[in-house]
Amino acid sequence: MSETTSQMNIKLTVNGEAHEVTCEPRALLIHVLREDLNLTGPHIGCETSHCGACTVDLNGKSVKSCTLFAAQADGAEITTIEGIANPDGMHVLQEMFREHHGLQCGYCTPGMITRAYRLLEENPAPTEEEVRFGMSGNLCRCTGYQNIVKAVLAASDQMAAQKEAAE
Amino acid sequence: MIPGGFEYHRPDSLAAAVGVLREYGDDARVLAGGHSLIPMMKLRMADVEHLIDVQDIAEMKGICAEGDKIAIGAMTSQHELIDSPEIARVVPILSEAALQIADPQVRYCGTIGGNVANGDPGNDMPGVMQCLDATFLLHGPDGPREVAARDFYEAAYTTARDDEEILTAIRISAHAPGYAYEKQKRKIGDYATAAAAVLIEKRDGLVANASIAMTNLSDVPVWSEAAGADLFGTDCGPEAVAAAVDTMLGDIDPTEDNRGPVEFKQHVAGIILRRAIARAWSRA
Repeated sequence: MSETTSQMNIKLTVNGEAHEVTCEPRALLIHVLREDLNLTGPHIGCETSHCGACTVDLNGKSVKSCTLFAAQADGAEITTIEGIANPDGMHVLQEMFREHHGLQCGYCTPGMITRAYRLLEENPAPTEEEVRFGMSGNLCRCTGYQNIVKAVLAASDQMAAQKEAAE
Repeated sequence: MIPGGFEYHRPDSLAAAVGVLREYGDDARVLAGGHSLIPMMKLRMADVEHLIDVQDIAEMKGICAEGDKIAIGAMTSQHELIDSPEIARVVPILSEAALQIADPQVRYCGTIGGNVANGDPGNDMPGVMQCLDATFLLHGPDGPREVAARDFYEAAYTTARDDEEILTAIRISAHAPGYAYEKQKRKIGDYATAAAAVLIEKRDGLVANASIAMTNLSDVPVWSEAAGADLFGTDCGPEAVAAAVDTMLGDIDPTEDNRGPVEFKQHVAGIILRRAIARAWSRA
């Protein structure tokens, strides 16, 4: 096994801000986000692409950033939980997770909300079954999922109401 | 978990990618969606000196349907398969199978090309491809060649693809209206304990054509011509189905692992195949 130390420069736009990072090709995206960009919202959970705690939005797709080399994301637009909130306060999803007790320890929450964000972008009015299927790549060991599903459905209703009010 | 070091290549043409493969041979691996390879690299079970990321190669992308034929670029993700109206129209069994692979995040990344080329007996698409009699397009130093999916799988992780070749596309003809992909797994994200792909063409109330393949019950996908023949000319009644299931259970060769002992897998395989045949027939 060679332990090459070659470095490469990559460009990422994260939460609307352009970054240039120097890293090894073997650097995983989660490590670059957390250690180079100090974005510690995405969590390292299982490290085996099962739990979804490291979920970020990459070019409009929910991805597990522990199973992607930062090099693959060169040139990509990324949104982490830090970029989900609005400048004037929490995102509706964050509000609804709080209101419906969609978290206990909070470890899975950044991944849950980032995934739910993409799910509602693609399907603004999901059924309960669609929420469960669409969130099945994120594990929670506290809530039993019931309140997470409630929170996502409530956020969907609120977002629809907000959209209607704006029109 | 951090993989060993490697050189990263991101060619923007097929010729350049094949060039890297030629130069480094065995030491180079193609990276598609990476959701099989990267976990293996993190566990240091895969030792890769040169990683070739093919995401910028235009020739490996896109879905092109013409009449009853469809060509699917190897870099098409499972998510794109599920989303595609062409796939839904020409080969809906692919959407049904893709929906049962892993979880949403993995489906955004995982590709059909990686799924079929990896040669992992746990992957779902190889069995589906054999059921469909699909053709794989491989590009190497001497240009393109075609290999039938039914001739592609030699053993676990060993396929007809040469070290210097890249699987670039899959060609499939429209299938009969009777289709089903049925999968038993322990939990979301798991590979199949048993899975079955079934296609049935019905004419005058009888089976005019049937194709049956199963996943993760041998070191290669199992397409059983004889099991399909058991349904031919019948009304897909209990006796014909029992005969087809018996034939298939004789053709599979499961091994004991953490999904259960051999006897259990035989049992699950029988149930899953019955369900798949019933659903395919109900749609035929």
